[in-house]
Amino acid sequence: MVHLTIDGTRVQAKEGEMLLKVIKQLGIDVPSLCDHDAVEPFGACRLCLVEITKQSWDGWKKYVTSCLYPVEDGLIVNTQAEKVVEARKTLIDLQLARCPGSPEIQQLAADYGITQTSYEPKIDSDNCILCGLCTRICEHMGFAAISTVDRGPDRRIASPLDEPPPDCIGCLACAINCPTNVIPYTEKGNKRTIWDKEFELITCSKCGRKTITRDFARALSKMRDIPEAYFEVCDACHRAETATNMGRIAGWSRREEAAS
Amino acid sequence: MAITKVASPKDLDKLQKQCQTEQDKHKRKLMVCCGPGCLANGAAEIVTEFKSQLKKKRIKGFSVEAMKETGCHGFCEQGPLVVVEPQGTFYTRVKKKDVERIVEETLRNNKVVDDLLYTAPDEKTYRDYREIPFYKHQKRIALRNLGHINQCDIRDYIAVGGYQALAKALNKMSPSKVIEEVKTSGLRGRGGGGFPAGRKWESCARLEERPHYVICNGDEGDPGAFMDRAIMEGDPHSVLEGMAICAYAVDSSEGYIYVREEYPLAVQFLQEAIREAEEYGLLGDNILGTDFSFHIKISRGGGAFVCGESSALMKSVAGEVGEPRAKYIRSVQKGLYDRPTVLNNVESYANVPVIIDRGGKWFAKIGTETSAGTKAFSLVGKVVNGGLIEVPMGTTLREIVFDIGGGIRNDRPFKAVQTGGPSGGCLPDDKLDLSVDFDTLTKAGSMMGSGGMIVMDEGTCVVDVAKYFLKFLVDESCGKCTPCREGLYQLYLLAVKISEGMATENDLDKMEQLSGVIIDASLCGLGKSGPNPFLSTIRYFRDEYLTHIRDKRCPAGVCKALITYEVDAQACDGCMACIHACAANAISGKKGEVHTIDQTKCDKCGACFAVCNRHAIKVA
Repeated sequence: MVHLTIDGTRVQAKEGEMLLKVIKQLGIDVPSLCDHDAVEPFGACRLCLVEITKQSWDGWKKYVTSCLYPVEDGLIVNTQAEKVVEARKTLIDLQLARCPGSPEIQQLAADYGITQTSYEPKIDSDNCILCGLCTRICEHMGFAAISTVDRGPDRRIASPLDEPPPDCIGCLACAINCPTNVIPYTEKGNKRTIWDKEFELITCSKCGRKTITRDFARALSKMRDIPEAYFEVCDACHRAETATNMGRIAGWSRREEAAS
Repeated sequence: MAITKVASPKDLDKLQKQCQTEQDKHKRKLMVCCGPGCLANGAAEIVTEFKSQLKKKRIKGFSVEAMKETGCHGFCEQGPLVVVEPQGTFYTRVKKKDVERIVEETLRNNKVVDDLLYTAPDEKTYRDYREIPFYKHQKRIALRNLGHINQCDIRDYIAVGGYQALAKALNKMSPSKVIEEVKTSGLRGRGGGGFPAGRKWESCARLEERPHYVICNGDEGDPGAFMDRAIMEGDPHSVLEGMAICAYAVDSSEGYIYVREEYPLAVQFLQEAIREAEEYGLLGDNILGTDFSFHIKISRGGGAFVCGESSALMKSVAGEVGEPRAKYIRSVQKGLYDRPTVLNNVESYANVPVIIDRGGKWFAKIGTETSAGTKAFSLVGKVVNGGLIEVPMGTTLREIVFDIGGGIRNDRPFKAVQTGGPSGGCLPDDKLDLSVDFDTLTKAGSMMGSGGMIVMDEGTCVVDVAKYFLKFLVDESCGKCTPCREGLYQLYLLAVKISEGMATENDLDKMEQLSGVIIDASLCGLGKSGPNPFLSTIRYFRDEYLTHIRDKRCPAGVCKALITYEVDAQACDGCMACIHACAANAISGKKGEVHTIDQTKCDKCGACFAVCNRHAIKVA
């Protein structure tokens, strides 16, 4: 265990834990856009910047992104230092210039008293903040169907050669986890379309609900060694079946009781 | 010729003698510089011509083998260069047609071809290059062999004592002694960071985790810089030897040289050098008969500037996208494949054999107290003698620009010198007496960087310079983190606004504030030093910025939106040259009559200005 001070509060944390996690556990409001429990910290949005120092540093202060900084014994953290708040404000202002049409960024900016960007707003913006969560989650799931392409301000998220990504299984992990909701997808009947690729949605053979995509089922079946037929039934029906079976074993099926 | 492996230091001594005897056979040697500058000016053609002339003419006492293609000799401004050793007879701007004269007069009749000698701006002619001020004020350690040996022949390198330092390290020194020696030398990373190399090696050697990796950073990306390229192309074995010594010190058996794809010759020569060294048993398994093995592979980069940053470089070597990661855990601890890694640049490694050979104390005596040794620079821009130079640390900027560089072209006033590449800074004339070393340059708001040095005269506009370097950094930012990607871009847009006369003084404050945030919040060194082109110019040239903003005027006459081209009626003789040069058809006038420029049509390309022999086009 290590001991540190965050905004005047002395706290304990596990060695190797990242500073941001400890800060959030304390209920302190430090914004972050690219951090996600499911994937490794990335340090792209820089909003979780904090000021750190130590007694032994003789007044010297350092500015670090807390999502990537492992806790240290004796660390004195200031999450609301003047310089930190100013930097955060500028960073949000810059994001607003990049994504002027994003309601999420507009709200974040408003929280910091910014109603209009003071920089040159991007024309025809796709409102993507380039946090890279979509690509990192996709890679983490084992598919890496999309990635970032190009450099600098031209950086964007794309499929290989901007064509329907061959490795995409249509799981929607990218779209659901996008903090600014800018990855579009459509569902119509048993068709789902994302990244210009069309997927067939499996219809549950029991209840008729639409479940996951055929490609997702195939991939899961391979990865987890589960027979493909398992995915013909939706999760809810599987659970219901399991419950019924367990009840039968225990001998307290309600329906049977009622019948007798 | 069958090659027997060098199996002991004695073998190496024997081989060195043998190679020296081979060299001594030639009473005279003809060196044709095949550095990047000379090659661009046709050195390859000259080599071919020499070969065919020498074959045809059969000079007594001079065989074709005595003609050598060498790495960069340094004086690129005067290239292609041909040097006759040991006399040091120095021929400049040699053309194909001059080759026959050199062969006939110098090689056959022992005479000097006077009109090919170097004539300084003060009309003095030099026979021996060592007397020329450009060379006289230099001290060459990292560049010691450049221009003196054939870069593709390991036997040339061995003849001048190559691989002796490695033999010394392997047989007479323990790894910790090698580290001690490098620490004593005070060698600091020549890639720009200036981190003490010995300390870096020590922290890697101490880590128990294996394997350890040794990487050489040859991703020289600064515009106008070519020091590392010249070393890799001109003396590849010195880099290999330095890396092998480092590998021995930190117990590594695997090394990588990261070279940008834009340096095909460096890749080719390094590959050949590795192959040769392995054949001789000086690299690979059981080096010099010991149980130390070290293999070097070449990793080619796609030429992204950010891949010169250590963590991005290591990702690129590992085959991933070259993006930096946060370095709260240093790359010495978790580098390539998350293993302990020593990363130094080309020039640092090239210094190592000399340090081991002559001792750390000897090296520490050169240069200043905190910056030992010498530093190579590529001196470019509006300077008379452009080229590759190496000077002891502590040499002043004035000595470099005026004594070695010969001052400013066309005797125009000096304005600034830009050091440290895109993320470095511009220093004005009152900083000319600053000593060139890591700490002084950083304190002055610039930095040492990897050694690019761009000299600017009055015709250079600092706003334009800041704009250029900011654009470079915007394009080269990987785009991973917000402050660098968006911040530098907005900073660039504001610089453009100034150059167009559309900015207010508030914009300057905004730029300074934004710069501070970019420095504090960026992920890697590229972003953290990204605002430097702006910060160093505003620090020393605020007035020039204000002239752009308040008076809507560009004093240097560079910013297109703020200048007009006008014809000086007194000077114009109506030759029509400008009319033909003007792509916008903005100039009219008959032959022999004063021409006029239609400002509504003029797109300010400057073609008229460039073409007018009578200096009748004025910039207002």
